[in-house]
Amino acid sequence: MITELEMGKAESELELGLGLSLGGGTASKIGKSGGVGGSGAWGERGRLLTAKDFPSVGSKRAADSASHAGASPPRSSSQVVGWPPIGSHRMNSLVNNQAAKSAREEEEAGKKKVKDDETKDVTKKANGKVQVGFIKVNMDGVAIGRKVDLNAHSSYENLAQTLEDMFFRNNPGTIGLTGQFTKPLRLLDGSSEFVLTYEDKEGDWMLVGDVPWRMFITSVKRLRVMKTSEANGLAARHQEPNERQRNQPV
Amino acid sequence: MNYFPDEVIEHIFDSIASHRDRNSISLVCKSWHKIERCSRKKVFIGNCYAIDPERLIGRFPCLKSLTLKGKPHFADFNLVPHEWGGFVHPWIDALARARVGLEELRLKRMVVSDESLELLSRSFANFKSLVLVSCEGFTTDGLASIAANCRHLRELDLQENEIDDHRGQWLNCFPDSCITLTSLNFACLKGETNLAALERLVARSPNLKSLKVNRAVPLDALTRLMSCAPQLVDLGVGSYENEPDPESFAKLSAAINKCTSLRCLSGFSEVAPRCLPAFYPICQNLISLNLSYAAEIQGNHLIKFIQFCKRLQRLWILDSIGDKGLEVVASACKELQELRVFPSDLHGEEDNDAAVTEVGLVAISAGCRKLHSILYFCKQMTNAALITVAKNCPNFIRFRLCILEPNKPDHITSQSLDEGFGAIVQACKGLRRLSVSGLLTDKVFLYIGMYAEQLEMLSIAFAGDTDQGMLYVLNGCKKLRKLEIRDSPFGNAALLADVEKYETMRSLWMSSCDVTLGGCKRLARDAPWLNVEIINENESNGMEQNEEDEREKVDRLYLYRTVVGTRKDAPSCVTIL
Repeated sequence: MITELEMGKAESELELGLGLSLGGGTASKIGKSGGVGGSGAWGERGRLLTAKDFPSVGSKRAADSASHAGASPPRSSSQVVGWPPIGSHRMNSLVNNQAAKSAREEEEAGKKKVKDDETKDVTKKANGKVQVGFIKVNMDGVAIGRKVDLNAHSSYENLAQTLEDMFFRNNPGTIGLTGQFTKPLRLLDGSSEFVLTYEDKEGDWMLVGDVPWRMFITSVKRLRVMKTSEANGLAARHQEPNERQRNQPV
Repeated sequence: MNYFPDEVIEHIFDSIASHRDRNSISLVCKSWHKIERCSRKKVFIGNCYAIDPERLIGRFPCLKSLTLKGKPHFADFNLVPHEWGGFVHPWIDALARARVGLEELRLKRMVVSDESLELLSRSFANFKSLVLVSCEGFTTDGLASIAANCRHLRELDLQENEIDDHRGQWLNCFPDSCITLTSLNFACLKGETNLAALERLVARSPNLKSLKVNRAVPLDALTRLMSCAPQLVDLGVGSYENEPDPESFAKLSAAINKCTSLRCLSGFSEVAPRCLPAFYPICQNLISLNLSYAAEIQGNHLIKFIQFCKRLQRLWILDSIGDKGLEVVASACKELQELRVFPSDLHGEEDNDAAVTEVGLVAISAGCRKLHSILYFCKQMTNAALITVAKNCPNFIRFRLCILEPNKPDHITSQSLDEGFGAIVQACKGLRRLSVSGLLTDKVFLYIGMYAEQLEMLSIAFAGDTDQGMLYVLNGCKKLRKLEIRDSPFGNAALLADVEKYETMRSLWMSSCDVTLGGCKRLARDAPWLNVEIINENESNGMEQNEEDEREKVDRLYLYRTVVGTRKDAPSCVTIL
């Protein structure tokens, strides 16, 4: 629900300050609810900021203060929630096309990038190009699926936190699960009742976290929060701890 | 008083199809009301919460076709939570229990589950037609039930739905005895398609007139499909990433040449541009062309194709066609009635010379005098252009202009676009639907209220200065049915000025405006026939936070008239006052 609104358009270029050793100390800018938690590595970077803190982002009400102040720069249409008024089906198609195009352009460029370059590249990408990439997330035991904007996330931790907030916090729709969890869920390390899995382009279901983040986002089609007990079939893909270290997402 | 026996009157009513006319007939007298309701076959319900299924069935026991709409329009732009509502299950359930002879169901923006589809498929022996537009909540398993159980299925039309594709064998579920299909559209499915099953199905459907396949149907499969269905009138093409080899191209051309009845063409997502020329032979027959998903086809290829489509009446295209392309359309497509130009690049940082501007719009208006519906996304506009357009095309019924940047003024004079839109409403006396954008003051609403006498639906975003703007509209537009407003400075004074007006309308949507909780509460008190819904930002908010401060601005307000009171299926993020 709100995740798309908050995480999507406004946040992508701001997300990248999180979890990466970029200078500048851009505080983690997070939407109002279901947003990326400020815990862990990013806790010291900033408080939970809301759309009201950013006059250039979000609704006109917030923007009014900027425009009344005088010469406000024209808002890019992609920064405003639900604007331009293009149906989500069409919007997703548009974004997928643009993503595919940039992915192809990158492949053709074929340069091997260093980690820092990659980081900058991803930042630039998020600033300029692909904005919205919603994929469906289903959870075992929950009737209604959700959608999450992958392009508004920069890492597996990000994504896991969002999903955690989506399905386990204040959600009366989650059958039998509300209030049962008082600590972070740790969807990624296999220690909880649930694991995060995804379906890739070939239609195979894999455990999330095995491949570098950027490779993941180009090949993921949808996500599923699965009961660990049911994920046994995926165990073969679950790598040994030292192997996982090697494949840590960038 | 009737001078004819009832059967004769019923026979006369049979020739009246429009639901509005039938609604009017039923108001004439008790006798006509009774005859009309017992003979009514098709019912249209614009808001599924305005009435409930029991009352529907009670009034129209012979119902055969039902159209239902659920979520408000702005749900298309992610402004409405997924769990807001619009569930079709209670309707299907009630119709099934009452043994209504349902044959057709058309849903828009509703939540449909696999269980609902299964129930539908088993409950109505004569079920013929299922049309789902912008719906969600179901998977291909639900489609499998429809395929397997609806013995007389003619139409399965899925438009822009969110369907979980389990890549099962739903196409295989059509029994061999199913030979009645006339229309099959599964373009929105994202997964693989069982090509063999599809080909067998098409081969045994001699009445198939409309076929729209999804991306997973490659070129050679399409060729085979067209070969066994040369009677097709409406074709939605899949996708082909690679350039076809000469032999494949030749086969495709041959198949296309046989489809002499083809009039409508769509699809083309991820299509290698060189496939398009294969369709040149049928260009001159086309009356409808939808290339709005064909992001890969560049402007010049589009232009080459469209210039041959002399009979085109409907064109949906991306702005990559450019102003130059629109000039070609204007000179080639003299029969054009409906045009939609969608943006192909949302970011605007790349200064896209190819995108469309006011120049293209003016060209179209000058060349296509039969144009009555337009949806136009562009980066800039001028009053002069709009005034010219109004002069050229006074026959607009639908005029939707979306300037991508909110609040953007006339890019030459830097003034607001009030005069331009004013010219449109003044000239187009039959205007029924209008969407405005760009920099707009209260004045544009003064014009709308003054001149837009037939206006039924108005969409406003980032416009106006004071409550007066909204008041001009509410007071002036007598036929207004749907009003949707976002990010505009209209508040309680406008909302509460004429509460009875809302009884004449289907619904009002206001988001990121200046109405407060207190204002909404007062409205709900003064108008018990309305459902006044507040959609909160935070699911967990519920009532606790809202109860605190009535001066708090309401983020999203959706109100609608209803005869069945508060709905029982609202989620926690929705507060019904």
